[in-house]
Amino acid sequence: MVVDQGAVRAPRNLVPFVTFLQAAPLAAVLIVFLLLPMFALVVVSFFDYNSVQIIPAFEFTNYTDVLGSAVTWRTYLNTLRFTVIVWVVTAVLGFTIAYVLAFEIRSRTAQLVLFLVCTVPFLTSNIIRMISWIPFLGREGLLNSTLLKLGLIHQPLEFLLFSDFAVVLAYTHLYVLFMITPIFNTMMRIDRRLLEAALDGGAGWWRTVVEVILPLSKSGLAIGSIFVVTMVMGDFITVRLMSGGQSASVGLMIANQIASLQYPAACANAVVLLAVVLTMIAAILRIVDIRKEL
Amino acid sequence: MAATIRRFVLLSILGLFILFLYGPTLTILVLSFQGPDGGLTFPMNGFSFHWFRRLFETQAVGDFGGSLMRSFTLATMVMCTTVVVSLAAGMAFRRRFKGSGALFTLAVASLIIPSILVSLGVGLLFNELNLDPDWYSSAFGAQLTWTLPFGLLIMFAVFNRFNRAWEEAARDQGATPWQSFWHVVLPIIAPSVIGIALFGFTLSYDEFARTLLTAGSDNTLPLEIFGMTTSVTTPVLYALGTLTTVFSFAVILCSLVVVRVLAARRA
Repeated sequence: MVVDQGAVRAPRNLVPFVTFLQAAPLAAVLIVFLLLPMFALVVVSFFDYNSVQIIPAFEFTNYTDVLGSAVTWRTYLNTLRFTVIVWVVTAVLGFTIAYVLAFEIRSRTAQLVLFLVCTVPFLTSNIIRMISWIPFLGREGLLNSTLLKLGLIHQPLEFLLFSDFAVVLAYTHLYVLFMITPIFNTMMRIDRRLLEAALDGGAGWWRTVVEVILPLSKSGLAIGSIFVVTMVMGDFITVRLMSGGQSASVGLMIANQIASLQYPAACANAVVLLAVVLTMIAAILRIVDIRKEL
Repeated sequence: MAATIRRFVLLSILGLFILFLYGPTLTILVLSFQGPDGGLTFPMNGFSFHWFRRLFETQAVGDFGGSLMRSFTLATMVMCTTVVVSLAAGMAFRRRFKGSGALFTLAVASLIIPSILVSLGVGLLFNELNLDPDWYSSAFGAQLTWTLPFGLLIMFAVFNRFNRAWEEAARDQGATPWQSFWHVVLPIIAPSVIGIALFGFTLSYDEFARTLLTAGSDNTLPLEIFGMTTSVTTPVLYALGTLTTVFSFAVILCSLVVVRVLAARRA
């Protein structure tokens, strides 16, 4: 990965040394706090355990337990279901919003301001943003009381809060930015003359969007998809808070195993989750080449 | 005609989306000023600062002041480290060096490995090494695995658009590499560096999953808030939400002002 080969050269003999010093801190942090922990995770996943302690061993029991349990499979299916739904919703919404920002807003200043307006909430606390839905969606919340007043419903809707609906809503609220930003970024680089050419060639607005803009935004969509997929697949807090304990996810299963001190089981589960997530990302990367985005 | 309607519809979608983003936060902002007898939902039962006062009484909601101080210190540590380390690594990646491919892969992996796994792994590692996990050691490192790759990607974007003629001009004038970095490169990329600092600070300040199993015995603010969601059923929760959100907005606003000032000075 070389970004700029013509960077200013230090005296010849010093260059490799300086470059090494510049890259070393990043390498050190990632080795100590990512590579070694993942290694520890894999090692412990083969350990044995009982109710009081973890026993160093090398056995596959944790894996056979994880893969042989119907609960695991159901939980994985449920997590995948959330991932697919949230992926579709955030992709459609993210593409639409990015399109409006990139092509419908003409003034550069308005574009920058609106982009910032859409970005800022994502720099605030996720947990608080989830809690914020309670007064809106609750049994006596704003939405229910408004609908009751309008006479559209005769009793409060129960499915709004602490349900799968609430979980998907919260995911969308939390993660749609990770779609908007990369798609917007790709769209801003589309040569506007291509759109004029498409219109001149007789393509309508819809065809221009579907046949010109969409294919040219693919790499942005892929980057956004990678973020959304990994975050939903590994999430546990959103499911715990928004489903009110009625839904499960792999992350939540792992968190529960940790809470009951079943570390080796949690580790085996974690290794399986990691393998699934990496496979999904490899699949996305096979379909779309994102290297030109960097 | 059709084009006008379409434009109207698309702009309305953007408007609704912004309402969707901000609406819930505004609701809890209003509700945090509930009267002392008010509940978690509308209607407002009077107007007071009661719940903000309750927030600062230690016995009411755990250790709010302490966790705020810890989160603030940790976020500052993460911010400084992220700026320096990703800036240095960004400079390194402008040249080909041994292991650059592997390091890049590791950085990307750091972004896509689910947070809870990093949290669990770092916790286990400290356990195996007989070290006590603490917010300033294990949680600090776990958060860096999230902020550093972000910083690095921003640096890539910056140096991809960087015109190296400026540097060459500096070198032709006899500047040392350090002088050309300090007087030429850094001022040009300063706004992006502020961006990295902002990312580093807010990502750390709000981080939950990576801190959960690595913070040791003392809670950071998000952990404290999470604890409250299960035990507190009064608007004190909203008061806390309002305070942290206002604080985040203040930080964001400050960095925007700094970026504006830097841009004005360059022009």
